Amino acid sequence: MSMVLAFLAQTLRIAVPYLFAAAGGVLAERSGIISLTLEGFMLGGAFSAMLGSYWSGNPWVGVLAGLAGGLVLGLVHAVATIRYKADQVVSGIAINLLAVGLTRYFLKLVFDSSSNSPRVPGFSAGTSTTALVSGLLHNPLIPLGLVAVPAVAWLLYRTPFGLRVRAVGEHPEAAATLGVSVKRVRYVAVALSGALAALGGTYLSLDQHQFTDGMSAGRGFIALAAIIFGRWDPMRAALACLFFAAAETLQIQLQAMQAIPGQFVQMIPYVLTIVALVGVVGRAVPPAALGRE
Amino acid sequence: MSDAATASPAPAPARRARVAEALLPPLVALLVSVVAGDLLILAVGQSPGAVYRLMLEGTWGNAYGFAQVLYKTTTLVCTGLAVAVGLRAGLFNIGAEGQLAAGGLGAALVGLALPAGTTGLIAIPLCTVAAFAAGGAVGYVPGVLRARWGAHEVITTIMLNFIVLAFLSWILTGRLRVPETVHTHAIHAGALPRLSAWLAPFHGSAANASLFIVLVAAAATSWYLFHTSRGYELRAVGLQPEAAESGGVNVGNTWIRALALSGALAGLGGINFVLGYEHYYEEGFATGAGFLGIAVALVGRSNPLGVVLAALFFATLSQGGLAINALVPKQMVDALQGVVILAMAASVPEVRRLLTLRRRAR
Repeated sequence: MSMVLAFLAQTLRIAVPYLFAAAGGVLAERSGIISLTLEGFMLGGAFSAMLGSYWSGNPWVGVLAGLAGGLVLGLVHAVATIRYKADQVVSGIAINLLAVGLTRYFLKLVFDSSSNSPRVPGFSAGTSTTALVSGLLHNPLIPLGLVAVPAVAWLLYRTPFGLRVRAVGEHPEAAATLGVSVKRVRYVAVALSGALAALGGTYLSLDQHQFTDGMSAGRGFIALAAIIFGRWDPMRAALACLFFAAAETLQIQLQAMQAIPGQFVQMIPYVLTIVALVGVVGRAVPPAALGRE
Repeated sequence: MSDAATASPAPAPARRARVAEALLPPLVALLVSVVAGDLLILAVGQSPGAVYRLMLEGTWGNAYGFAQVLYKTTTLVCTGLAVAVGLRAGLFNIGAEGQLAAGGLGAALVGLALPAGTTGLIAIPLCTVAAFAAGGAVGYVPGVLRARWGAHEVITTIMLNFIVLAFLSWILTGRLRVPETVHTHAIHAGALPRLSAWLAPFHGSAANASLFIVLVAAAATSWYLFHTSRGYELRAVGLQPEAAESGGVNVGNTWIRALALSGALAGLGGINFVLGYEHYYEEGFATGAGFLGIAVALVGRSNPLGVVLAALFFATLSQGGLAINALVPKQMVDALQGVVILAMAASVPEVRRLLTLRRRAR
């Protein structure tokens, strides 16, 4: 029983950053803007959250700083792709590289380190089995992460704003004809996606009480994989996040036994995404205007 | 047929507009990155002039620094060409990172399989072909996925990066590596000479003869793109796939060919490290070079000559980072790479829009 509980608890802890990033990514992608940026948003969020917590001594200020960091990166991406009509893929890659570069630069500048920050106030959670479960209660970002996806689903399907997001993502010309400001809707969607994905990064740095160089470690791309695997539906994307997290947990627990080489378990989300794209799981249809101006 | 010749015997103003459209965005990107660089330098309380001077002295100002720039240029030309060939076909290859690593392991595997003391005359061509083929095999996969199943290459190449790197790591850790390291044993077959064998001042630098192989590859790519019918088809598909299709071009096969060639060019870069520098494959040698290839191809406007020049620029930036480390954290150049790409992405459509506005105003 306790093993099952520990397994679930660890799955949940691994899934939280994916859930935040996927929630943000779905929102931007449904508005028609490609979310290759999630990785950079997460890394930027992790760093600014650490910085906020370090300077204020209060992890909640860290959360706000993380949100702000993601918001800024999101707006940079939005200005580049919406105002200047930059290629969304290229801009996305640039944002990711920018996040890597800026976090490294300021890590060196502020803490004179090329690898990690000092310990900062965060949300404690021990590593022993019991603490694994009770730790869930000590980290407010975990329940928040669980709520993020349903909240985005509600926003997309139950509010006028969500209707507009979906409209500009599917048929911007038609939406514009009906008086919807395509640009404004996309600005808001991309900025929100930056903030949400940054919360995923915030969770990482505040959970570990420090920032380490490159700590997003491909999680933004796994979240993107989950979005595609979930066919751009928030709840299905969340299920994919949980599935990927469970696979990762399994890998950690199997590592001692070495049943399957860890490298092959690492491949799972990426292979499944390609499989989803190829259409074994039913054709994956992206929002019609995704990547277009 | 050259690019200029295909487009029509354009009147001089139109040609000038096209040249402006090609050259203005890199200039704008350069300007923006210099401004961003200034801000980052001022943030640490240093003088931008002093930092840039130090950067130049550490790169083009002395033999060793310049040789290191050449070494870094070699890899970047390969990944830049890889992305450029894809872009010419209207495809975005984001998988150069994995393809480069695969090329490196391919070269190392062949080199390790050859008996010790095999002459370079045999070993170098075999290893080079292996690098080319290994990268090409990795590039072939997203080509087929796109052509046969419509899976978008942006996503599949990103996903394949992770898959390929994990796979290579599995091969390496399985039996190849020297215990306690992440690299293979050294190759004892013939390898590429360092440039310092001919030019003594380059002593200590990793720059090696793969530079020449890579420059030949750039020339060959240019010839392929602009002087062969396959290259013409590739560019036609990149400009307008539907039109190319109705013109009798097999779009799917062209995509496969383009991505396989793209991957092969990235893989070729593996010889720079494996055959020319360390003589073994090491996990992580390719880190960053694949993504930087995107910057190189964009700034080089997907033109092989432009790619070589852009590779030289980014290699200078990267080596220059080491030179300025005493004044400003070298991580500054990591941030600047992102700025250059972002500015490039934003200025290409903006320059085109402004030039069109000006033309209409006349």
